[in-house]
Amino acid sequence: MGRILMDGNEAVVRGALYAGCRFFAGYPITPASSILSGMLEALPPTGGIVMQGEDEIASIGYCLGASMAGLKAMTATSGPGISLYSENISFAIGSEIPLVIVNVMRQGPSTGAATRGADGDVHFMRWGNSGGLPVIVLAPTCAADCFSLTAHAFNLAERFRCPVFVASNKEIGMTRETVDLDALERPPAIGRTIHREGDYLPFAAQGPDGVPAFLPIGGDVPVRQTSSMHGPDGYITTDPQVMQTLVERLKNKVEAHADEFSFHELDVQEGARTLIVSYGVTARAARAAVARLRDRGTRVSLLVLKTLWPVPERVIREAAEEADRVLVVEMNLGQVVHEVRRVVCTKRVDFFGLMCGRLIRPSEIVQEVCRD
Amino acid sequence: MTSLLNPSRPPVFCPGCSHERSLHVLDKAFQDLELRPEDVVIVSDIGCSGLFDVFFHTHAFHGLHGRALTYAAGIKMARPHLKVVVTMGDGGLGIGGAHLLAACRRNVDLTLLVLNNFNFGMTGGQFSCTTPPSARVGSGFLNELEHPMDVCRVAAAAGAPFVVRRSVFDPDLRQKLVEALEYPGFSIVDVWGGCPGRYMKKNPLPPKELEGLVEAAGRWDGVVQENAREEYRSAYALKMGNATPAPIPQGTEPSFEAALSEPFGVVLLGAAGERVISAGNLLAEAALRGGLHVTQKNDYNITVMRGPSITEVLLSPQPIVFPGIEDPAVIVALASDGVARRKDLFAAAEERTLVIRAADVDIPSCRARCLDVDFKAAGIGKKDRALASLVLIARTAGIFSVDQILQALRQTAPEKLHPAMEEVLHKAAALAETCRG
Repeated sequence: MGRILMDGNEAVVRGALYAGCRFFAGYPITPASSILSGMLEALPPTGGIVMQGEDEIASIGYCLGASMAGLKAMTATSGPGISLYSENISFAIGSEIPLVIVNVMRQGPSTGAATRGADGDVHFMRWGNSGGLPVIVLAPTCAADCFSLTAHAFNLAERFRCPVFVASNKEIGMTRETVDLDALERPPAIGRTIHREGDYLPFAAQGPDGVPAFLPIGGDVPVRQTSSMHGPDGYITTDPQVMQTLVERLKNKVEAHADEFSFHELDVQEGARTLIVSYGVTARAARAAVARLRDRGTRVSLLVLKTLWPVPERVIREAAEEADRVLVVEMNLGQVVHEVRRVVCTKRVDFFGLMCGRLIRPSEIVQEVCRD
Repeated sequence: MTSLLNPSRPPVFCPGCSHERSLHVLDKAFQDLELRPEDVVIVSDIGCSGLFDVFFHTHAFHGLHGRALTYAAGIKMARPHLKVVVTMGDGGLGIGGAHLLAACRRNVDLTLLVLNNFNFGMTGGQFSCTTPPSARVGSGFLNELEHPMDVCRVAAAAGAPFVVRRSVFDPDLRQKLVEALEYPGFSIVDVWGGCPGRYMKKNPLPPKELEGLVEAAGRWDGVVQENAREEYRSAYALKMGNATPAPIPQGTEPSFEAALSEPFGVVLLGAAGERVISAGNLLAEAALRGGLHVTQKNDYNITVMRGPSITEVLLSPQPIVFPGIEDPAVIVALASDGVARRKDLFAAAEERTLVIRAADVDIPSCRARCLDVDFKAAGIGKKDRALASLVLIARTAGIFSVDQILQALRQTAPEKLHPAMEEVLHKAAALAETCRG
């Protein structure tokens, strides 16, 4: 197959097609617009549907309807669009609607700098929903990751029936780079579990971390979907026990399985007392910094997180075991660093971050490591 | 004829609520059409209209306030065989105004029932977008200051092909609902009724008076002729059927070995309209064919044909770890717009950096080696400078030959552009000779 020049947004489109996406809706926004145009080029000719919503609320609304009708669905936007998605994200969480949401992050706050990258939405993606229940957030570092993590995102959305974010960045989404097609990770595509036998209760699940089997709206069996607090039968409830059981299950079904999808790269150097933790495009600056530091004899380890939520606690804890100092580097003013502090507790955790619209440079990370 | 009402959830509304009457009329219309539970999905909004999905034993989708039309459209696009019925109050109409307009314009085959009772019943009788200014409602004087919206006129103006307005007591409401459900396109039925729990406490609305209000506002009877057109999902299917799948780009095997042992960063600083990005693309394609790894980042303003246009291309014989150019090997100053945007590059430039400067472009003083190039004298216009500069870069750095750039051009650029582009490259090759001399 050889190499190809592709930007992260093209790789997302390719990953979505590979994963079996059949429905896409989006609203134009820099730097995510080329995902909309890419899907429009690819999907309708093969029988899939692409819609351009009248706004972001409509775009995610179309996706939720289509997903409940049984189609694998995806939408793509940037920070301002995620704000408008918020209410429907909590709907997708609470009512267990599979959906992939690509967030090609741009510098904020607010309108910010549309053509400049940042990773300022990390907590927003996790906590920007009413009720505070978990979502899954995957963070690519490059175009190849955009392909494979989009495919994983579909698999996770289908498996857990929840919204899954691909947390890209303008600097990945709109940067073209050579991608080795032969080396792409291609996780086998899976679909949601379908209810086969017996009476159908739309939200009945096995155990405290179970996921309900799915039947589509429009199939032979009438299916109930509701944004209201509901019991297994999909009817509204105010029974405290039923409600507590549901919200705990919504939390457990994702978090209890976090170790199964804690994507990461750990590069340990024997005897290193400093561990750098990074993600996204900044992880690439960190890799370059680590090479330079080692060249000059400074021992350092690196953990690149590709799953940001649920926080890969075991991975972080084990990676930090030998370290006296953890340096978290992010393209924002400090977000994942709070989670790392929480996980490694007593260790020293430093932070370096910028959100000025340019990439953090390897030289700056080298300097931060040496500051100690 | 079998009722589609839910035997396990009998309707519960406030005594005298017009919604209960609407519910039964809708069920009768379903029966008239001999619909089965699995043929129908009720997509209900928030508020009292949001109770409808529970009282029917059909597919049900109860979403967020004002957004019912969006879910309904997604469902209909995915499952075109379904009868998709949206129930929404005047509250949902107001908050979801953009979706109403889009649904009217788009003409997906949905039936929207507006259960219009002039106030927010569930939250305490506040005013909505249809509350008359004369009404006494739970929002103090605020409704006196706003003009109520005529749903039917708005819908028709936005392109709805089927519009009905009736009082909930109107004997032909059932027939009108049947027609709306059968209509192959977006149909909206504005049903006026009373809210005994809130609105009617201070605004008595006996059936006769309600009928009078409907008459005064105007009855709408169905097809709006000037808006009649093909249904969206059917039209979409036709487009899908006729579309040719875009070829999925495949990889390229190297056809030569580029002479490069270290990462090599190139920054072209130009202006919009000078085909700077295209030149960057070609450089990247040539490098790909030379077996190199490449990253390319572009920077341009949202305006077309105005402002800076910049491309940063990093070439490397090894996989590229960090995609930024920290220490460019070559900076090409093609236009002052681009130079002004990236003054930082000149401040940081080292002696080993080469700046290729168009003779008519000023650059900040810097430590870099400078190669001044008179593109104009060589007969190379502004739009071709970026392309021409690739030859100068190739010659000075020796990474690839002009022929190898030509080869990439022929494989990636539209064929009709080849002669003109090749001429530019040949002129640039001649220019490179004089520069070297």
